[in-house]
Amino acid sequence: MDTLRENKFLQFLVLLAIFIVLCMIIPESEGNPLWRLPPLIQGLPLWIYDKVNFIMFDLWPVNVYDPDIEEYEQVPIMRQITRGLSGFVLFMIELIRELLLGGVKTIVSFTSWDWVTENQWARWPALPWTVVAGGAALLGYALSGWGLALFAGSAFTYIAVFGQWEPSMQTLSFVLIAAPVSVCLGLVFGVLAYKSRLVETILNPLLNIAQIMPHFSYLIPVVVFFGIGDHAGAIATIIFATPPMVRLTLLGLKKVPPEVTEAGLMSGCSSWQLLRRVQIPTARRDILIGVNQVIMQCLAMVVIASLIGAKGLGNYLLTALNSLRIGQALEMGICIVLIAIVLDRLSLAWANKQTDYFADQSFKERHKYLLIFLVIFAVGSVVAFIGSLIFKEGFNYFNLIPHNKGITTENFWQQAVDRMWEKFFYPLKSFNEWFIVDILIPIKNAYLGMPVAATFTLAMGTGFIVGGIRSALIVGGFLLFIALTEWWDRALITAYLMTISVLISGTIGIIIGTLCAQHPLSTRIVLGYCDTFQTFPSFIYLIPVMMLFGVTDTSVVIAIVVYASIPATRYTVEGLRSVPESLHDAGSMSGVNRLQRYLSIELPMSFPHIALGINQTVVFALSMVIIGALIGTDDLGQLILKSLSDAEGVGNGLVLGLCVAFIGLAIDQILRTWANQRKAALGMA
Amino acid sequence: MAPEQTNSNTTNKNEPVIRCESVYKIFGNSAKRMLQENNGSVDAEKFQQAGCIVGVNNASFEVYPGELLIIMGLSGSGKSTLLRCISRLTDATAGKIFIEGEDITSMSGRQLIKLRRNKMGMVFQSFALLPHKTVLENIAFPLQVKGISTRDSINRAKEMTDLVGLTGRENYFPRQLSGGQQQRVGIARSLAIEPDIWFLDEPFSALDPLIRKEMQDEFLRLQGVLSKTILFVTHDFDEALRLADRIAIMKDGVIEQLDTPANIVLNPATEYVRKFTEEVPREKVLRIDSVMDPVDPSAEVSDVKIPRDAMIESVAEAVLNANKPVSVVDGSGQVVGTVHASKVVSVLFGSRADNSKGNQATL
Repeated sequence: MDTLRENKFLQFLVLLAIFIVLCMIIPESEGNPLWRLPPLIQGLPLWIYDKVNFIMFDLWPVNVYDPDIEEYEQVPIMRQITRGLSGFVLFMIELIRELLLGGVKTIVSFTSWDWVTENQWARWPALPWTVVAGGAALLGYALSGWGLALFAGSAFTYIAVFGQWEPSMQTLSFVLIAAPVSVCLGLVFGVLAYKSRLVETILNPLLNIAQIMPHFSYLIPVVVFFGIGDHAGAIATIIFATPPMVRLTLLGLKKVPPEVTEAGLMSGCSSWQLLRRVQIPTARRDILIGVNQVIMQCLAMVVIASLIGAKGLGNYLLTALNSLRIGQALEMGICIVLIAIVLDRLSLAWANKQTDYFADQSFKERHKYLLIFLVIFAVGSVVAFIGSLIFKEGFNYFNLIPHNKGITTENFWQQAVDRMWEKFFYPLKSFNEWFIVDILIPIKNAYLGMPVAATFTLAMGTGFIVGGIRSALIVGGFLLFIALTEWWDRALITAYLMTISVLISGTIGIIIGTLCAQHPLSTRIVLGYCDTFQTFPSFIYLIPVMMLFGVTDTSVVIAIVVYASIPATRYTVEGLRSVPESLHDAGSMSGVNRLQRYLSIELPMSFPHIALGINQTVVFALSMVIIGALIGTDDLGQLILKSLSDAEGVGNGLVLGLCVAFIGLAIDQILRTWANQRKAALGMA
Repeated sequence: MAPEQTNSNTTNKNEPVIRCESVYKIFGNSAKRMLQENNGSVDAEKFQQAGCIVGVNNASFEVYPGELLIIMGLSGSGKSTLLRCISRLTDATAGKIFIEGEDITSMSGRQLIKLRRNKMGMVFQSFALLPHKTVLENIAFPLQVKGISTRDSINRAKEMTDLVGLTGRENYFPRQLSGGQQQRVGIARSLAIEPDIWFLDEPFSALDPLIRKEMQDEFLRLQGVLSKTILFVTHDFDEALRLADRIAIMKDGVIEQLDTPANIVLNPATEYVRKFTEEVPREKVLRIDSVMDPVDPSAEVSDVKIPRDAMIESVAEAVLNANKPVSVVDGSGQVVGTVHASKVVSVLFGSRADNSKGNQATL
């Protein structure tokens, strides 16, 4: 009995035995609460829908003057607020969009459609793409140097030459609003949480949920409150991209050494100066990671936001994916990735820039970049003008290369896919069938065949073994919520897809990470790869696997595995590299060989960190499972996608989103508690 | 050794720059209530049981213009906490702290910022430089915060860089500098606004012994030029003896003794202080006039003359080499006493009990 109390592994085996016995003895029958709990909170979605409707349409009506009908009308205050907000966001997006692409909407918002129709000259001309690309290169040079200049310039040139200019600039205009707003909001909330314990306590659980809530479920309330269009897409993006920024700002500020803050105070800083000039710059590293996350999230939302009417690349990409035009999807995917990397590098360089106080600069030197830009602008305009003389019929390629009129490699990719299909049709098909029939379906059935009582025993028992009664209750609470909705079976399917993928990608990540951590050079390379691949929006991974496996669960699983291997690999490498050199030496002097050293020193020391990596893998996998709904799965994600087009979907969407989030949070609770305990035990806390 | 040691007789008549009146700092939620209930008599153990940690316990003292007061104590003795109460980086739980006659504990945020911008400078143990700013920007920071133009503040920062001997490294980032160089930046930053009061919180503790010695010399040189009123915190007794005009020794938040280095060594007030002083060589802390005899016109003296404020260590060789008693002179060259070699021998080699008794009379 004592050994059982001591040995957690033994406890877990006993738990597993109980679980299996429960699975066997509980019969499958609809009425049996041990088999499935009754859907007691079935009514919750409808209740949420009612409340949202009430807030939106009946709460606190105010009189508002409508200039169109020249009368006062009753508008609920919430609607008035969201209307104002939408108008503002839309105006900002249009402003940037028309700077880049030209148009009349900005002029209209200051005058009227009638005025614009009467005055045909009042058109804002598009900026020639040469000017934008040159400007990007110049910005890159000013902030960092030739390397970034070359990269930014060629990225924009690629976008133009491949005929993706218009959708790319639409996407860019939308990101250029969403990203800065998210960064600012994140900073504000991060600082507030840093200043006040109360705010932190309130924000913390919200951030936890927000981080794991699937992208789709944000869309539905946004549609209800803000309608459909670019502004709704931008607002959904902002809501999604802000939480990581808040979290990293708070983390960074907490890491500022107290003496640095004191030095700021003793220098006579007011609290604003202290924040702006001492604490935030000192927390810069983490805050920059936050900015990077924001940019990533914004571009990951490009496709998803297009579901609620955001124009741009996402829209076209989704169409291309749906009509299986892989080559086109790939080209647009590359555009999104390029925009992401350019924005990321530019923001990084901007934050690291320093001033030179020694040069006594003349007007020309101080404003040299502005002057160069004016030159680029002039040259670009002249070239565009010449272009209008050369290309007489229709399109002026020096000004704006229209969509799908550029170079395209689509045929090449399409042929490649076709050829691959011809060549590998039978092996791919048989692999696909084998994988689905012999692996996926049995596991899926096993999951669906679990009685709810057994699932609870296993999950809460694991929680109890790891973190005591507290963890057990938290895990149980999360599961209870899911079990009481009518979607327990769907949640099991989500869980099954996630479990398989996490197992595979965890194994791959740990193996690759271990191999690469053996040498400094390979470490650097693999971390570089992780950085780059992490910049790719998640759905990008769907493109190549669909080329190979079509619209099946196999595609989804493989896409998740590829995507979710990234954090597993990264954390393994980081964990192994952080084992102190002196421990290696101590091991070597005790006479261990390479494998022994790995198994007895490095792996145990780094495993807590690797467990956090697995935790991230779970988060990545969950988000990908849900995105997999875009190519057809039958889990929670599909239901969320459906509720998006449902007029009364807001409640469904939110509750489904919470279900997904709670799966993630339950696993997070167990893994994090365990990792923290191990870290504390190893003295690494 | 310390240049221009202030004569305590004259400074005592001036207004103190810093005056602490029964300052308490107790950490914990119920600190204020507990302190009131106990009427200011704090028993650390009893407080600890109630979840309060005693940082500073009833500290009262004064610091005079141009004086260098060292607060000495081991880690956890509350010395840094006391310093932070005086600079009001933390709020004292009870008591009053006057800076040039104004009560800092009741100052508004605005007054406090004004005071710090014009009167105070502080150096930190871990240097606490701003990692994103260059040497020059770090030094110019307090000036820029104050609203001085970039050009002026950078020019002033350049002067400060020269003063602390970092010329040529203006554009380095803190991470590119050694510990000693980083602390030079910290010192330059704290002096940039020309403060009257200079706080140093274990400024040299994070440095290697050789660099530490070098920085102490540098510090003495700067103090010789600038003569600030200084509050200096250290855990290193040798450092305290070497630099201080007066030393306050703290233990568990209580100031055990506050006196000149010589008096602390010769007359330790408590057992705790005595343990510190046991191993200290007397000749390093005693001035020659503490062992001199009154002038005796009839006695024969050698023609060697030594200044009365010299440490015994620095003149011992001269006294021992002379075969007659040596004259001690004051600043104006007036003979104020004589020293016999035997007195110096007894300081250098005599047993502890004897010479502390022998010296009590003269001090």
